[in-house]
Amino acid sequence: MIIEGKQKIWADYQKDIPDDHYFYVRSCIRQAFWPGSEVTFLDITRNKLGKDFYENPYHTTCGGIAYHSDTIPQETAMTIIARQFALMKESGYENYVCSCITSFGCYTETLETWHEYPELEAKIRQYLWDSCKKEFVKPKYLAHASDLIYKFRFEIAKQAKFKLVNVKTGKPLKVVEHIGCHYSKMFPSKGFGGAEYPHVLVGMIEAWGGEVVDYPERRHCCGFGFRQYFVQANRGYSESNTHKKFESMEPYEPDLIITNCPGCPYFLDRWQYVIAEQTGKTYGKNGYGIPALTYEEVAGLVMGYDPWDLGLQMHQVAIEPLLEKMGIPYDPKKKYQGVNGKDLGQPMCPSCIKSV
Amino acid sequence: MDFGFCLSPSSHVKMDSVDLTTFNSLKETNPDINTCIACGSCTATCTAGNFTEMSFRRILLMLQRGKEEQAKKMIQKCMLCGKCTLVCPRGINIRKILLDITR
Amino acid sequence: MKENILIIGGGAAGMEAATQLQKLGQTPIIIEKSNALGGHVAQWDRLFPAFHPAKDVVEQMLANVKGVDVRMNTEVADIQRNENGFKAVLSDNTTIDAKAVVLATGFDLFNAERKQEYGYGIYNNVITSLELEKFFRTGKDERINNPKKIGFVHCVGARDVKVCNTYCSKVCCTTALKQACEMKEVFPDAEVYTFYMDLRMFGPGYEDLYLRTQKDFDVKCVRGRVCEVSEDMDGRLVIKAEDTLFGKPLKMTLDLLVLMCSMEKNKSIDAIQQKLGVANNSDGFMQIKDTYLGMNDTAKDGVFVAGTCTAPKSLPDTIAEARSVAVEVFNYINNR
Repeated sequence: MIIEGKQKIWADYQKDIPDDHYFYVRSCIRQAFWPGSEVTFLDITRNKLGKDFYENPYHTTCGGIAYHSDTIPQETAMTIIARQFALMKESGYENYVCSCITSFGCYTETLETWHEYPELEAKIRQYLWDSCKKEFVKPKYLAHASDLIYKFRFEIAKQAKFKLVNVKTGKPLKVVEHIGCHYSKMFPSKGFGGAEYPHVLVGMIEAWGGEVVDYPERRHCCGFGFRQYFVQANRGYSESNTHKKFESMEPYEPDLIITNCPGCPYFLDRWQYVIAEQTGKTYGKNGYGIPALTYEEVAGLVMGYDPWDLGLQMHQVAIEPLLEKMGIPYDPKKKYQGVNGKDLGQPMCPSCIKSV
Repeated sequence: MDFGFCLSPSSHVKMDSVDLTTFNSLKETNPDINTCIACGSCTATCTAGNFTEMSFRRILLMLQRGKEEQAKKMIQKCMLCGKCTLVCPRGINIRKILLDITR
Repeated sequence: MKENILIIGGGAAGMEAATQLQKLGQTPIIIEKSNALGGHVAQWDRLFPAFHPAKDVVEQMLANVKGVDVRMNTEVADIQRNENGFKAVLSDNTTIDAKAVVLATGFDLFNAERKQEYGYGIYNNVITSLELEKFFRTGKDERINNPKKIGFVHCVGARDVKVCNTYCSKVCCTTALKQACEMKEVFPDAEVYTFYMDLRMFGPGYEDLYLRTQKDFDVKCVRGRVCEVSEDMDGRLVIKAEDTLFGKPLKMTLDLLVLMCSMEKNKSIDAIQQKLGVANNSDGFMQIKDTYLGMNDTAKDGVFVAGTCTAPKSLPDTIAEARSVAVEVFNYINNR
């Protein structure tokens, strides 16, 4: 591997990104999958970095989940997006940032489509007026939330209490980065680092002390694919894609996987249990899996947030070995307590993959 | 008693009776579907194609050879990840075409 | 009449045009920006279809061009048209008056870094066709370390709208097969694969080369375009393509991947070309006046073209064009 070659590409795929005043929209599924991630993003940007990130309570899903499952037509998805843009305008914002990768893909695709086919934009304008009596303005700037963390990665590193380093050996942790397909595969120029060698997560890993693992199936999709997973008959394909990735990354012995998509960490996490159940194989050491975290969770860990406040107990793959490697203190008794100390109840633990 | 006499169905693609309605209407909005050179980049990189028969290259052929139902069935395997559109050397907007076929 | 003819470029086209013009009693002057004549051919080891040493051809051409005024390490800095023809100012501040100009500026090799999915400049064992020729000439390339499995990728930077090159680069198919055979000669135990979309064996003896490639050298041709390259733990290359004839995606681990880079127009001549008023065609090469009867003419009086500055061409095509441009220029001068 010639790192200079990658650096050249990273330098080519940079984007000027405003550093403040964003209209933030959530993902429809992340709050259920990783309840701590979006809260942590807002806390880091607002309270640790002092930025203005506004969230409007009336915003909804972008419709991408239905669009990509082939249950609503593109015009419907576009009208939902138009409504979100209208809310942004009403709230007095021009920069738009979304938490979800597929949303980012849908917004980018919509804006590009409107650019190519202005008559479609006019049609959607009419649909929005007919259905909601709203008018929208296109955002001046569209970002994915991971773009912002990438942009602020060095400031986060400055405030860091922990590093992506094994405190016992002093060696950097080996980190796999996994980019959601809709981040830059459709529009390579819209992502930091482009489509083949995205830099958005690599930049974070390097800034926070980790070592990036580049393995043969790095570019491969996690296999969520909406209709892959949602259609029962297709679930095997979804799982098989994840399996393919783990088989490919296994020899590198990664300590951690960082992702920037709602579905990827979920499936990279949960399928490890399913694969263990079916084949008896685990990909971490000593019967553990490889933790698959969101970039907000990793940023939170690095900045010293309590692992349970970050919602890391929601992961199927036990997080404790990673915390110990990074030297992050945690209270095992609090793992299944809610924010106000309320007992959440302990889940059943499988025997095929270690959960604690 | 079965002597094995039978008329085997013809395996020819019956080009005289192929219904090209879908393909032709698709062509109106996506003229680039005619430019495929069957290089296989789309299939090689396809997430779904790794575990299914999914092949965009073949879907285009099916539509032109009277196998529309088969094509539509195959499309259901697509995950719309966009990688095929990224690699196509002819710049065919594959994602859009797949959506248009199922529309 | 004996006139000065300014020939820009000292590759195969420029040398051959100068040779013929000299024989026709004219005074050709070759302007060559590098320190040697021979252009790309001089960087090649052997030529298709019959593995003829490129050196022999170049040496013959050098002998033929003897007596011609050659300005090495020199570029045309400025050129103006006047009532007598052209006045060129060279980079060494000398000037040349010429009756006619022959653009024989040739091609640039496609920069393989632009096809990011192939990882040239990122993965150690991805090399270009030109680098492989250098290996054949010198026997040295630390990336070529007794490879057991070798792959060739056709059409890198050609027939590819994503890099804005929709044209076929014409010679890479045959070059790939030639190089594949040569690799089998150097490494008889290696498995050699080529990944092609169409094998365009357009010239005499080329189809025979294809046959020999399969029969005598056991090179395996897979019909499918490589779409992704990555590196495994041992630094070997993992490639993905579709085997389109078998109808299945294919994955393979290789020790060496050779990218058959296309020809692009040599852009270092753009400023002078603009001053002469010669336009480009839709492929970015110089526009000729007529496909059939004006392949050496441009839209501008007294400005002629030969070789790969107008389109990708093989060496025999280039030499044929260089000879025809000499006749065109000769007639132009004598009919004025």
